[in-house]
Amino acid sequence: MSAKEEILSRITSALRDAPTPEPVPREYRRTSDMPEAELIELLVDRIEDYKAHVDVVDSAQLAATIAERLKDATSFVVPHGINEDWLVEAAPANDARRRVDAPGAILSIPELDSTDAVLTSSAVSIAESGTIVLDGTPDQGRRAISLVPDHHVCVVPVSTIVRLLPEALPRMDITRPLTWISGPSATSDIELERVEGVHGPRQLDVIVVKGL
Amino acid sequence: MGMPSLPVFGDGNLHIDEPFPDAAHRELGNTQMRANLRHATHTIRDKRLKVVGELPDWEELRDAGAATKNHVMANLPALLEEFEKNFTARGGVIHWARDSHEANKIVAQLIKEQETDEVVKVKSMATQEIGLNEYLEEQGISALETDLAELIVQLGHDKPSHILVPAIHKNRTEVRDIFLAEMPNVDPNLTDEPRLLAMAAREHLRRKFLAAKVAISGANFALADSGTLAVVESEGNGRMCLTLPETLITVMGIEKLLPGKEDLEVFMQLLPRSSTGERMNPYTSLWTGVTEGDGPQNVHLVMLDNGRTAALADKYGRTALNCIRCSACMNVCPVYERTGGHAYGSTYPGPIGAILTPLLTGIKSEENSSLPYASSLCGACYDACPVKINIPEILVHLRGEDVDSKRGKKKLPTQMDLMMKGAGWAFSSGKNLALLEKGLPLGKLAAGRDKKIKRLPGIAAGWTQSRDIPAPPSQSFRDWWKKEHQSPAKTEQEK
Repeated sequence: MSAKEEILSRITSALRDAPTPEPVPREYRRTSDMPEAELIELLVDRIEDYKAHVDVVDSAQLAATIAERLKDATSFVVPHGINEDWLVEAAPANDARRRVDAPGAILSIPELDSTDAVLTSSAVSIAESGTIVLDGTPDQGRRAISLVPDHHVCVVPVSTIVRLLPEALPRMDITRPLTWISGPSATSDIELERVEGVHGPRQLDVIVVKGL
Repeated sequence: MGMPSLPVFGDGNLHIDEPFPDAAHRELGNTQMRANLRHATHTIRDKRLKVVGELPDWEELRDAGAATKNHVMANLPALLEEFEKNFTARGGVIHWARDSHEANKIVAQLIKEQETDEVVKVKSMATQEIGLNEYLEEQGISALETDLAELIVQLGHDKPSHILVPAIHKNRTEVRDIFLAEMPNVDPNLTDEPRLLAMAAREHLRRKFLAAKVAISGANFALADSGTLAVVESEGNGRMCLTLPETLITVMGIEKLLPGKEDLEVFMQLLPRSSTGERMNPYTSLWTGVTEGDGPQNVHLVMLDNGRTAALADKYGRTALNCIRCSACMNVCPVYERTGGHAYGSTYPGPIGAILTPLLTGIKSEENSSLPYASSLCGACYDACPVKINIPEILVHLRGEDVDSKRGKKKLPTQMDLMMKGAGWAFSSGKNLALLEKGLPLGKLAAGRDKKIKRLPGIAAGWTQSRDIPAPPSQSFRDWWKKEHQSPAKTEQEK
């Protein structure tokens, strides 16, 4: 008997006397209605609590804000699908600071390690827990680019913000490689005291964009 | 299916070599550890209560979590098949392991195929349980723990004492001293500031992450309907391991399944708040087999039994498998807070360990039978458990199993049997009890002038080992009642 067959037969035998379980009650909050302004306020409060920096801007100010956040970076990576309009002030196409990661033209790990920052968009955000989800679509790129550089600038369009986790999951394609980000990397391993910044990006700047 | 098979128990780092009372007695003498633990468990308790209190539907989430896990256990064979089909369809490879030895062999073989002798690891209880690091070392492969607390334990040649923060028994100064002694190229002027200690770990591990060919992880959840795996973490060491190497090997217990995506909406609210007391942990990674051009292209999963099916066969104990390893139960436990995790001797300490360990190995496994007694049955663990495992009830059930298993071994009745028989007689009628109560003044005599009994005979000596018993009263309640009610006039007067 293969290990699989044996384990499955052990389970079947173990469950001989098991009662039929009750149906799963889903009485918790699964929907909400919160005006946009409050939704933004809640998300900002939660993200700032994780010691990340947050800007809330109109779409017209986005390019300037990105330029401001990236001004100290000597180099930064963008995924190939990033909206070019966002970069007009930070680094137009021929700017030496920008490095594009694209399928077939990916940056090596040492190249990413020598890059100061990364700019990505995001797929969906959960206000109540201050969580931003990246799903690897072309304006967010593969997982390595938002991991290795030490400074992550992340754009959150207001239309992608929901209040509750149960409202966010239907918006995720679960089979894509997903990264849920709630603040910069952190540890509580020494005396359970939270310290921000370990192996993941130590600096997280979030730009919430109205009208996007 | 023919005859039901006998449960097959687990092995690995689950067998304790010293009974809990002995180990606890020794650990209690470590006052530094007790101070560290008190500080840490109280900090986390307060944080947990604050973030749990923010959610108006916490109890409803717990109900959904408990019911989902019960549903999973009842439908495990079908869910496992469904998961395997989906994970495999997307390029992942599944291996099944009956016990720790089989799992270790599979992992070592997969590493050897990649022609490397060093792997990076994300914190995982399953690999701790099967003793993977020790096995790999025997095979000439070094496994580098990358979680800060696991790194502290590994560098300090120590053992984990908590499932979430394995170095909880060490304070910052002790951590600094370990780093100074054991970490190559560490700054000799390193102070004990937690931020600087974390930076030292970053420096130490960075090159390893960037160069690793193989990573090993556990998994917090596996979604049957999509074949997706999830790892919940804080530091980014998980993302490093799950993203950069070409080969990823995950070891996961068969009980980790969830039916599908919508169950994450429950568990990803329950887990972070119960575990680190945060609204959400910094990073959660989800992957489904292989994604071309993103992350490891050689993806394996080892599905581990190692006694889980035996636990599942215990109709009172099987809900222990619902555990999501949050550690809330140990953070609120008055026994854990004082003895620390090492006293429990197994990979799983604290209240959940006191039930899970003997369920996985069988109650007859040597010293593990002492674990269900490592509790005052106060019930704080049950209140804190996000999936509502009734730990006190299972503790009592396992104590019963232990007594029953020992009774059969001896021909002569034990002291406990005789005492219970005596108690049965005494409490069976008022007359019998009254007869016995006539002996009360004798107890007073035994207590002597300070009115304390310091040592009881036989097995009752266990009770007086660390406390005195006050002398019994000179009359019983029943005698007192009789006297009071014979003279109603007096009672009237007192009114």
